[in-house]
Amino acid sequence: MKWKLLKKIRVWVSLLFFVCTLFIFLDFTFSLAFQFFSTILYLQFVPSLFKFINLISFSAVGFIFVVIITLFFGRVYCSSVCPLGTLQDIISNISKRGRREKRLFKYLKPNSWIKYSILIITLILISSGSILLVNLLDPYSLFGKISLNLFRPPVIWINNFLVGIFESFDQYILYRVEVKHYNPLSITFSLLMLGFILWLSLKKGRLYCNTVCPVGTVLGIISKISLYRISISEIACTQCGVCSYVCKAGCIDYENSKLDVSRCISCFNCMIVCPENGITYNRIGSNKPEKKTDPVKRQFLYNSLLLAAGILGFSKLVSGQDKPKLDSIPIYKPKPGLATTIPEDKKFHVTAPGSLSIDHFKAYCTACHLCVAVCPNQVLQPSFLEFGLSGIMQPRMDYHTAYCNYDCIRCTEVCPSGAILPVTTDDKKKIQIGKVVFIKDNCIVVTENTACGACSEHCPTKSVQMVPYEKGHHIPEVDTEICVGCGACEFACPTLPYKAIFVNGNDIHLTAKVIEASDEIKEVYLEEDFPF
Amino acid sequence: MKRREFIKKSITSGVVAGSALTFMPYRNLFGAYNNPADPYDLVAIKGGEPHLMFDTAIESLGGMRKFVKSGQRVVVKPNIGWDASPERAANTNPRLVGRIVEHCFNAGAKEVLVFDNTCNDWNKCYSNSGIEKAVKDAGGKMVPGNTEGYYHKVAVTQGKSLKDSKVHELILESDVFINVPVLKHHAATGLSISMKNLMGIIWDRRYWHRNDLHQCIADFTTWSKPDLNIIDAYRVMQKNGPRGVSVDDVGLYKAQIISTDMVVADTSATKLFGSDPADVDYLKIADQMGVGTMDLKSLNIKKIMI
Repeated sequence: MKWKLLKKIRVWVSLLFFVCTLFIFLDFTFSLAFQFFSTILYLQFVPSLFKFINLISFSAVGFIFVVIITLFFGRVYCSSVCPLGTLQDIISNISKRGRREKRLFKYLKPNSWIKYSILIITLILISSGSILLVNLLDPYSLFGKISLNLFRPPVIWINNFLVGIFESFDQYILYRVEVKHYNPLSITFSLLMLGFILWLSLKKGRLYCNTVCPVGTVLGIISKISLYRISISEIACTQCGVCSYVCKAGCIDYENSKLDVSRCISCFNCMIVCPENGITYNRIGSNKPEKKTDPVKRQFLYNSLLLAAGILGFSKLVSGQDKPKLDSIPIYKPKPGLATTIPEDKKFHVTAPGSLSIDHFKAYCTACHLCVAVCPNQVLQPSFLEFGLSGIMQPRMDYHTAYCNYDCIRCTEVCPSGAILPVTTDDKKKIQIGKVVFIKDNCIVVTENTACGACSEHCPTKSVQMVPYEKGHHIPEVDTEICVGCGACEFACPTLPYKAIFVNGNDIHLTAKVIEASDEIKEVYLEEDFPF
Repeated sequence: MKRREFIKKSITSGVVAGSALTFMPYRNLFGAYNNPADPYDLVAIKGGEPHLMFDTAIESLGGMRKFVKSGQRVVVKPNIGWDASPERAANTNPRLVGRIVEHCFNAGAKEVLVFDNTCNDWNKCYSNSGIEKAVKDAGGKMVPGNTEGYYHKVAVTQGKSLKDSKVHELILESDVFINVPVLKHHAATGLSISMKNLMGIIWDRRYWHRNDLHQCIADFTTWSKPDLNIIDAYRVMQKNGPRGVSVDDVGLYKAQIISTDMVVADTSATKLFGSDPADVDYLKIADQMGVGTMDLKSLNIKKIMI
């Protein structure tokens, strides 16, 4: 039967998207070309939309394709492209196996009120300058957070375990990898959301997609006018209900032979089980669905639009109110007598190079955590409220954990939403994302009267230089003009619990001064004898 | 594997404290310092390409067979600390490292392994330094040193500031340890040569920086004595070390220094650099602790000009 083929295609396409998307979040060998990322994520609705608003370029029109596909074929995105949707399908499929009694879905009443409210609040927040609900609810970004926080560490642990085995045979093909991105709050959020979504999906199918997910709601609205759609033939229907038992969207009201198109995710499961072959996937009009308007819904939409317009007026007031402030510094255990006393007074957290400013970053980052997954140094760390409530879970540069590799532009290449814009390696070396600050009274050279210089050692621009100090020692001197804010000095600084040198984020990224240098190697003492 | 397990267990159970004690004098007696069997205490060579200079220099020391016996497992530790090209001279010259690996195999080595605890991303350091390719072409193996799991605690019984340190397992398990530093300027210690290069075989460098860096460097040399130190001074980073900013920091010296004594090697390399060894604190401390000597006059030095 042709419908069987349709379902098969849906299953394979969804698995392809799922596996590839999962893989880019799990790959700890950093072996993938960045083109792979942009190809795989091209159709991810929210990141693509954000990137388009940002760049207005063809590289970001994936969401338009999704809209067009939805206009033609319904919510194919939800059944095939969305990794969170496929994750639910996979888990519910696994849970079905081994059960003697098959779990049956059933028709669910549409929770229109809830889903439209969530969508409208999301839109209102966006227009007022906060993408809080997108960060929390966008299915792709949620899948990213869940993969990074919950799936990636176990994969790396397994790798490290295998390394041990290989090593005992003197094989060093595999290597150990350290997981540095443990943020308890981010992990807890991912766990709760995963638990919530899976619980919903095991109980009621794709309830998350049809009540909570703002992308699902938007595509649901569009799919109401889709050209091709699944419909039940009232003539053929015997109200046996088999179709509704397999409908994970819970959108088939078999008693009335009705299918709610806006909630149908085009999984095609119903079509292949109908004993009467009464469910078809056809062009609209070929079996004339009834049209009727729902006055209550219209009134609701109308009121919501008014409310949105009202809140828009406040948008300038609301946005930019909560500039991030560092309030907590990781707790270390210093050796007694060696503890530093002056806290680092960080005014702003540092955002990745290419993100232009904290405001730009906060406006476009959907917190999918892909940058965290691809950062070879793991300097990009999952955050929680570091960028304020409106910037919830957007990754920051954490220089206590690592530093930004001077020659690396990985995060700028992969960011799907344009929060971190692409830059070339040469340009990146000039972007100043923060400025170095030296706390002399925390410095080993002052407190211990011994040599150190770890900061200057690691500085790629030599904006931290060692200059003569007491007792023949040298002490750091900083030049904030040529500093790029990579944080190598802060990372390398050995003092505890507070660092003696740190990077204060630039809320608007600047350009660092570049010192021109000759590219010739001069010959030294070549003709002379050895001086010993 | 049994040997490996034995070592690991002995380390974790702290037995190594005792074994290190017995190990140390043994090395002093037959290994490195003032061994009359060595024709020269130091070989310094100048004017050639790094790999060719090594061919000549090692020959004058009696060839690699003096240091590597048939069937032995050799670890070569160059400086691969930075994600920089060979021209920047932040890392040891790859042609030299490759040639050393070849010499080890020619002397009958069973295995030649190369690693460093890098400062930048280790994958990029290994590849962009050119060392990974050179080693693999010569038949050697690159081994990671990027996570704490590779490092095991040893007691530094003669140390003043440094009482213990976690050392890479290759150093603990190999028969021969060849130290191949690059001579360069260093922000923290003035110069980085053989002794400073050993900071790439341990894990917690921050501890050293917190606890009198020069003393820790000297302390550690009471525990770790490479069988051979080959100092690459072909290209030398004269300023902005140890990372350097551009080739503008680099001078062409076309030199190489080989010695079994790190203090001897580093003292002569300091002079070659144009600095006074008396200004390098860790050298003075090591000399005082009896690790080696800074007095080059008493030594049998071979100088070769090509």
